[in-house]
Amino acid sequence: MAEETKAKAPKLADPIAASCDVATQEMIKRAQDLGVETCFDRAVTLKPCAIGATGICCKNCGMGPCRLPLPKGGIEGEDTRKGICGATPNTIAARNFIRMIASGASAHSDHGRGVAEVFLSAARKETDAYHIKDIQKLLQVAPHLDVAITVEKDGEMVDRDIDEIALEVAEVALAEWGKAEGELKYLKRAPALRYEIWKKQGVLPRNIDREVVEIMHRTHIGVDQDYKNLMKQGTRCALADGWGGSMLATDLQDVLFGTPYPLQSEANLGIMKKDHVNIIIHGHEPILSEMIVAVAQSQEMVDYCKTVGAKGIQMGGICCTANEMLQRHGVPLAGTFLQQELAIVTGACDAMVVDIQCIFQNLANVAKCFHTKLITTHPIAKMEQDNVIHIEFDEHHALEDAKTIVKMAIDNFKNRGEDVVIPQHKNPVIAGFGVESIEYHLGGSFRGSYYTLNDNIINGRIRGIGAVVGCNNVRTRHNEAHLTVVKELIKNDVIVLTTGCNAIACAMEGLLTPETAQVFCGPGLAEVCETVGIPPVLHMGSCVDNSRILLAANEVVKAGGLGKDLSDIPAAGSAPEWMSEKAISIGQYVVASGIYTVFGTTFPTTGAPVFQKYLFDDFEKIYGGMWDFEIDPIKHAHKMIAHIDKKRKALGIDKARERVLMDMADRQKLDVA
Amino acid sequence: MSKMVAFAAIQGGYNIVSKAEGELKQALATYDASTKVEFPNTAYYLPVIYSLTGIKVQTIEDMQKPLQIARQLLPAHVKRVNHLPYLGPLLDAGMAALFAFEIQEALRYVREPDFYLPQEEVDLDNGKIWLGAADDTVFRKRGVEFVDGSAPGFAAIVGAAPTPEIAKDIVEDYQKKNLYIFLAANQNGTTVAEQLVEAGVQIGWNTRIVPFGPDISSAIFALGFANRAAMAFGGIEAGDHKRMLIYNKDRIFAFVNALGDVGAEWAAAAAGCVNWGFPTIADTDIPEILPTGICTYEHVVGNISHDEIVQKSIETRGLKVTVSEIDIPMSYGPAFEGERVRKDDLYCQFGAKEQCTELVKMAEMSEIEDGKVTVVGPDIADCEVGKAYPLGIFVQVAGREFQTDFEPILERQIHHLTNYIQGIMHIGQRDIAWVRVGKSAVDKGFSLAHIGKVLHAKFHQDFTKIADKVEITLFTNKADVDKLTKTARAEYRTRDERVESMTDESVEIYYSCTLCQSFAPNHVCTVSPERTGLCGAYNWMDCKASFEINPTGPNQPIEKGECVDPKLGQWKGVNDFVYKASRGNVTHYNFYSMVQDPMTTCGCCEAIAAMLPMCNGVMTVNRDYMGETPCGMKFTTLAGVMGGGASSPGFIGHSKFNVTQKKFILGDGGLKRMVWMPKMFKEEIKDRLIKRGEEMGIPNFYDMIADETVGTTEEEVYEFLQKVGHPALEMDSIVG
Repeated sequence: MAEETKAKAPKLADPIAASCDVATQEMIKRAQDLGVETCFDRAVTLKPCAIGATGICCKNCGMGPCRLPLPKGGIEGEDTRKGICGATPNTIAARNFIRMIASGASAHSDHGRGVAEVFLSAARKETDAYHIKDIQKLLQVAPHLDVAITVEKDGEMVDRDIDEIALEVAEVALAEWGKAEGELKYLKRAPALRYEIWKKQGVLPRNIDREVVEIMHRTHIGVDQDYKNLMKQGTRCALADGWGGSMLATDLQDVLFGTPYPLQSEANLGIMKKDHVNIIIHGHEPILSEMIVAVAQSQEMVDYCKTVGAKGIQMGGICCTANEMLQRHGVPLAGTFLQQELAIVTGACDAMVVDIQCIFQNLANVAKCFHTKLITTHPIAKMEQDNVIHIEFDEHHALEDAKTIVKMAIDNFKNRGEDVVIPQHKNPVIAGFGVESIEYHLGGSFRGSYYTLNDNIINGRIRGIGAVVGCNNVRTRHNEAHLTVVKELIKNDVIVLTTGCNAIACAMEGLLTPETAQVFCGPGLAEVCETVGIPPVLHMGSCVDNSRILLAANEVVKAGGLGKDLSDIPAAGSAPEWMSEKAISIGQYVVASGIYTVFGTTFPTTGAPVFQKYLFDDFEKIYGGMWDFEIDPIKHAHKMIAHIDKKRKALGIDKARERVLMDMADRQKLDVA
Repeated sequence: MSKMVAFAAIQGGYNIVSKAEGELKQALATYDASTKVEFPNTAYYLPVIYSLTGIKVQTIEDMQKPLQIARQLLPAHVKRVNHLPYLGPLLDAGMAALFAFEIQEALRYVREPDFYLPQEEVDLDNGKIWLGAADDTVFRKRGVEFVDGSAPGFAAIVGAAPTPEIAKDIVEDYQKKNLYIFLAANQNGTTVAEQLVEAGVQIGWNTRIVPFGPDISSAIFALGFANRAAMAFGGIEAGDHKRMLIYNKDRIFAFVNALGDVGAEWAAAAAGCVNWGFPTIADTDIPEILPTGICTYEHVVGNISHDEIVQKSIETRGLKVTVSEIDIPMSYGPAFEGERVRKDDLYCQFGAKEQCTELVKMAEMSEIEDGKVTVVGPDIADCEVGKAYPLGIFVQVAGREFQTDFEPILERQIHHLTNYIQGIMHIGQRDIAWVRVGKSAVDKGFSLAHIGKVLHAKFHQDFTKIADKVEITLFTNKADVDKLTKTARAEYRTRDERVESMTDESVEIYYSCTLCQSFAPNHVCTVSPERTGLCGAYNWMDCKASFEINPTGPNQPIEKGECVDPKLGQWKGVNDFVYKASRGNVTHYNFYSMVQDPMTTCGCCEAIAAMLPMCNGVMTVNRDYMGETPCGMKFTTLAGVMGGGASSPGFIGHSKFNVTQKKFILGDGGLKRMVWMPKMFKEEIKDRLIKRGEEMGIPNFYDMIADETVGTTEEEVYEFLQKVGHPALEMDSIVG
């Protein structure tokens, strides 16, 4: 029997090889000891499809799937590979690529729509749970949606009623998903030159939903069979995400829940507490979790906790729900995407509440091995396993639903097994950076301006800006590429803006603390960090909040001295461990916004070299930004740095700045202030 | 380490705001809440608070709001580890401290009305050395020097040097570099101001060394000065805090020197100043903030030796100072211009009861020897203490580009160029000049030849284009002086006649003056023979010379072109130029009208005329007159309304001299419209006014102009006009 078991025992992951994070290693080991299977183990036995992974499997009709593998060593001369219908590898890879964009853009944008709907309820005062919290942000956003914030009264312009503004913002915003005419309003927030490029290329999105639908149409058999034309639509859809759905999601969330300002918290599984009721919120939307956090802090629940023998409620987040709750409420980060199963493996997770996106179905299987209540809450995201509890959440009964969930978690505390192991690893975090708070911290209430950043880029203390974002991918060692890329960048004086699971990875490593600057940064960046009191890696929020990075880059352009378009600034993007289709959509809108972007781990077009060259080279001439792919994280970082240096040279700031002493004549030549 | 600065400054901010709150609470308990608070004679309320927030503090009650803002600005304290970002909070804490300082100082004016001496000079005899806030008269007069570049910036020195000698060395070095030196705060009870007095240095606005006050809070007066410049000359509106501070960063070259230990309150003040782009350079080993951004270069620099602090400060601020090194044993520079030689300091003098005459004449290149200075007659060594002697200063200039028209321009320079010598005082011009020689100068070895050396060096420096050779002869024998005086008087007469015969019609070229554009970026003056520059400093001939000297400089020739309106004085060529030079902000203006599209003003005008509709006339008020006027506004309020390069119908900035020029508001009826002037102004130009009256056929016109003794309301003036039968009453309606 023992021998039989041994023979049948599946291959298991090596915890050390699977992750560079000690807490994760400990929990993988514990799961294996307990016989609980996790994604890390499955990755050992289940290999990715080599053809699908390279983008050249077409399954868009019933005659296929047609698989067109690229021979090892490539193709000399004419590439004669064709599908049944004659589709070339370029067509197939482009179709697959933009379908990924469609999916990713849909995910962000549907999230945004959900927020907009709640926003409308709040504006209509149909819900007690949600209110317009950040009026300043509302007033700042409204003009971008062509909503007036002043009105004429007796011949004078006076402030418009806030409720009225909110209602119109809600209506105008919601229309962005499906309006019949025109183009997305936020596109005009981009620098004028950028907008002109989009216009010239014919990629201005009309409405968010339509661009997704059109991708599905165009990629149907026998429609669009020109990879360049397909990519135009891919770009248009991605822009509808970055400068549409995602940006609206961020803005409206800020208005509803407050614009983030820097705050302190902690990260990694070690934030869970043995003597507390641990509730893990996981997914992407803040709508539900906002309520759960509010309810969990209520005296009623705190008292109720005591009745079951717990000292309190410990909230923790995974994935972007975590980032949302961190940046606004300081709720600690429990872990990244790849740690979701492991949070349950601690045996201390009394409830895991999930909403949408990046939620493993295997959570149900893991939960079954412990006492954990796995609660799905979203009508579009259910699970088939029967131990999963579905409590559908809607904004009109938000507080009651949240209360039911929190109570269920507390009630479950007593069902915990004896065997609770919480890894004792966590690090402090400073998070909550956004467009507004960065501006403030670069000069205070009176002189706050991105110019301070620009000035230090111009003088060379900061070499450039790196936006490092994205998922975890179990096909590469958990967090290693994230941390290596980020550390290499800051070592070379590149300040890093981060979101999503990269942000969580950096947080777990302690890179989101101001003290990090003196340890990991080059001397110039370290000095600036010390002056402003910031970490060298700035947590900008969740993955929809990549729109914050776009807008921050926008502010850099506006502040002057670093060119006139997003493609001029010394900046580069990166997703070292991407896996989600959302990452492709993000990558595409970042590239189309003019920023060079490198992906790691894998790239879904390698089987179609001509199409890939189009994305990697030709795009630069069209958009000023282009894709790249590099697995080795050090090389990956240096590709970004090389691009940053190229941009510095083009701006003429590649040499040390001289100290200019001004006399009166120089001052007379100054432009009007 | 910025963190330590942040830690200290935020602590300091809390202390200062709490103190101010305490003082305000006490004031509210002591005085009626409606008690008036103000800095003396200013239209800018508490200028820092007003300029940055738009709040007009006029009573004790009004102080609550800005102080609440200060309290709200105070950020959380900085944690030792895993702290939140602190740069923004640090700057906010600094600003909170400055608001509180301004309130503390304003309360001091209520509590101790005599604490500060509201004038330009200190009163050493009565131990009054603290001058407090500059009033608008001083501010405008001195502000002009910032505008035209004669003062490149200011050094705000807080604390005290280790010894009076070191204080003197540092301050004199700044003086030589033409900077203003604003003094505030003490170091354990010792102040730089007192150290300077001890070291025998003259302090006060006249020597550019301004002792504001003994406490750190008085440093706020320096910032109030800077922000008023931004409002008055830069046209920045009160409350537009971002532009206000950027304007200061880009155009007002100021910095702070912290002498002695820097405590939490000083740290807060320094942080506050960084908002302005004014860095702090300290002589102690304080944590530095070197990266750039808010300031042009470093923000805080520490541990600088006293020998290097001046040079380091100027570099840190990014200022280029051109110092004229003149080979004489005395210090030299504009900062010494206002220095007095008082009775007790007097060694001897030239002029006074004796004749003292100055003359600049053009010479042939072959006639003179460049650099030759001859003293004919007894020199200082031969003079007796306390006595007066005759003096003739005869300057000959030769140059290929030199013209006789430039003679009076160079001659006029003798006054200030001689005054720039430390220990020498020069008064008057032409044949009524007067030179007083101080003992301190004689101690250093002063000789009359040094005046020659100065004139030779400066004429070459400042007029390099036109002066190729300069020779100076100084006569001290009575006979020689009398001879020179006779020649000179004949010259003066010829010159005056030439100038008077010049009219706007007689020339095709006018000159622009954009000297002020460093401060008032939209403003363009146009100077014609019959309309001197509104600052009073530049007439047509000066501009012409200035252009010859510096062809790419601020005075450019304008072909006046086709006349659009002869009555109002408008020319196409001028309009085109103004449109371009004002960066499209001004499309056209009239030379001879204050009612219809008048010329713009930068805010540095000598006088402002305003319409008095009821009297069907106009009034004018000079910058030095502080009182009320019949138009309901003091000079400073008027200047605030119309400065910054705006064209304001109904008002016009003009020079004092312009009043008696024939084209003065001719389009609106001319000088006959003048119904009110301050007495001091009237008397200053009395002779010319009487002459103009006679020319206009109204010999008693001088007496028909009302002044403050008649009244300062339109009603009183009107009544007076009726009584004297003023011609304005009979003229067409001024409103048109």
